[in-house]
Amino acid sequence: MAILEIKGLRKSFGGLAAVAGVDLEVQDGHIDSIIGPNGAGKSTLFNLISGYYPCDGGQVFFKGKDITGLTPQKRVKMGMGRSFQVTNIFPKLTVFENIQATIIYRIGKGINFFSDVRKYAAEEIEEILSMVELIEQADDMAGILSAGDRKRLEMGIVLATAPDLLLLDEPTCGMSPAETSNTIELIKKIAQDKSLTVLFTEHKMDMVFSISSRITVMNFGAIIAAGKPDDIRANEKVQQIYFGENRCSSK
Amino acid sequence: MQEVKKSSASAWLVWLILIPIFLAIPFVLEKGISQYYLYLAIKVMVWALFAMSFNLALGYGGMMSFGHAAFFGIGAYTCSLLLIKTSCPLVLAFAAATFAAAAAGLIIGYLSVRIKGIFFFATITLSFAQLAYILVFKWRSFTFGDDGIQGIPVPEMISTDETYIKYYFFALVITVICIYLLWKTVRSPFGLMLRSLRENPERAVFFGMKVENYRLIAFVISAFFSGVAGVLYAFLETAIAPDILFWSMSGEVILMSVLGGMHVFLGPAIGAAIMVLLNTFITSYTEYWPLCLGITLILIVLFFPGGVAGLIHERYTIWRKKKAT
Repeated sequence: MAILEIKGLRKSFGGLAAVAGVDLEVQDGHIDSIIGPNGAGKSTLFNLISGYYPCDGGQVFFKGKDITGLTPQKRVKMGMGRSFQVTNIFPKLTVFENIQATIIYRIGKGINFFSDVRKYAAEEIEEILSMVELIEQADDMAGILSAGDRKRLEMGIVLATAPDLLLLDEPTCGMSPAETSNTIELIKKIAQDKSLTVLFTEHKMDMVFSISSRITVMNFGAIIAAGKPDDIRANEKVQQIYFGENRCSSK
Repeated sequence: MQEVKKSSASAWLVWLILIPIFLAIPFVLEKGISQYYLYLAIKVMVWALFAMSFNLALGYGGMMSFGHAAFFGIGAYTCSLLLIKTSCPLVLAFAAATFAAAAAGLIIGYLSVRIKGIFFFATITLSFAQLAYILVFKWRSFTFGDDGIQGIPVPEMISTDETYIKYYFFALVITVICIYLLWKTVRSPFGLMLRSLRENPERAVFFGMKVENYRLIAFVISAFFSGVAGVLYAFLETAIAPDILFWSMSGEVILMSVLGGMHVFLGPAIGAAIMVLLNTFITSYTEYWPLCLGITLILIVLFFPGGVAGLIHERYTIWRKKKAT
């Protein structure tokens, strides 16, 4: 069954069509990826799926329901969690509080004025922190973490929303090769343990090919190829635009 | 968990020291030095409460309100007008005043919290507050306009005619209760929500939060307690004028929060004490009080951007870390 289905999605900024009629399906339980050069429209597509921008045309279906006009908050509530390309955390809260804030909101205790917040949800927070391997840093300010740790913290925040679909925008951006392969394993493991569906964008080819069940290649806002990793590797058009001299720039 | 217990033990110790001090203050000041100093102490208390209420919006909610004088003034005016024009008992007038301030907070907040960006938020709250100021200033038949209200009939029980001691304890109890409630609020789940949306509203949206609702609730709570401070102010001075709704009053609580440190709970109270006392003592030496204030502020912002309390907090954390290792 397709957990996410996109039909003819369009978005333009000024005269530029950042996403020009994209169709995409993500099957339940898969780890799928979207690749493409810088400016191909990957992040814009993510922003449309998660409701960050309103779209100019087309439809988004999540779990079989049309969510095209819904607010980001409603999409989160339905089980869609996302991370950002530029890491998005709460820098002046501790790592523990970063996760705690998310959980408290999810369980509907946000409007509670008189109980002591420190006692809330400690078990679940510890579970999530050990899952993303940040339990040692629980009491550190999130702002002082290394880039890789921050990425994992953001993944923790997303997990704390108890999602069914995880949208990860360049989850290994800015990581060293060692951290990257560690993160790949982590994503695989989490997806398996929590039986999540994952859709991510990425620059690093090794990562994409090692874990994706299906790869979609974008360029100039449109899909130019989609299929299993081996098919994509063999695709001539993809090789032309993507595997030329300019192989995977990791920012 | 261990640490929580330890900190609550030291909190009791602090209270054991503080309570006798607060009990002794009025007698030492009024009998020992002069009545004026006790008046000053109460004034510091009122401003501290006002600044801390305001800081719930600025320091915790990340909302740079430039209109809090409206809530302070509406609290003061509602209570004074009720006491002067009706035979309403004190408790009722007090409650009505704070709810009027909260209602004003709800209206102004509802129209403002959607506005993005510090500058625009400050501008729109400023406009609403100036609107309230003009209304009080011009509506002579109802508010006595720029004549203000003199001789507010403060009940005998807390009257300041002969001594400020009775009123000191009245104001102290109310201030302590309010500060305690604010403390509970910032340490509650709601407080964490507030800090997270101050830090990163975008991330908060994407864990599902309806950011505007939380901002609005914080704004109303902040307005409510500002109203309480307004009532305490009216009783202390027994005379009020439209000036207390003027934008410069809003500016003063902002300065107090910045000076004292808006990211530390008691910071604004420290800022209030510094501003009220400096204002009083420097003006008796020189008419260039604003100049001194300006220089002090520039120095603080340049060298201690966390404010006075921020500096103390930072030193304390470093000291504790050193002790631990």
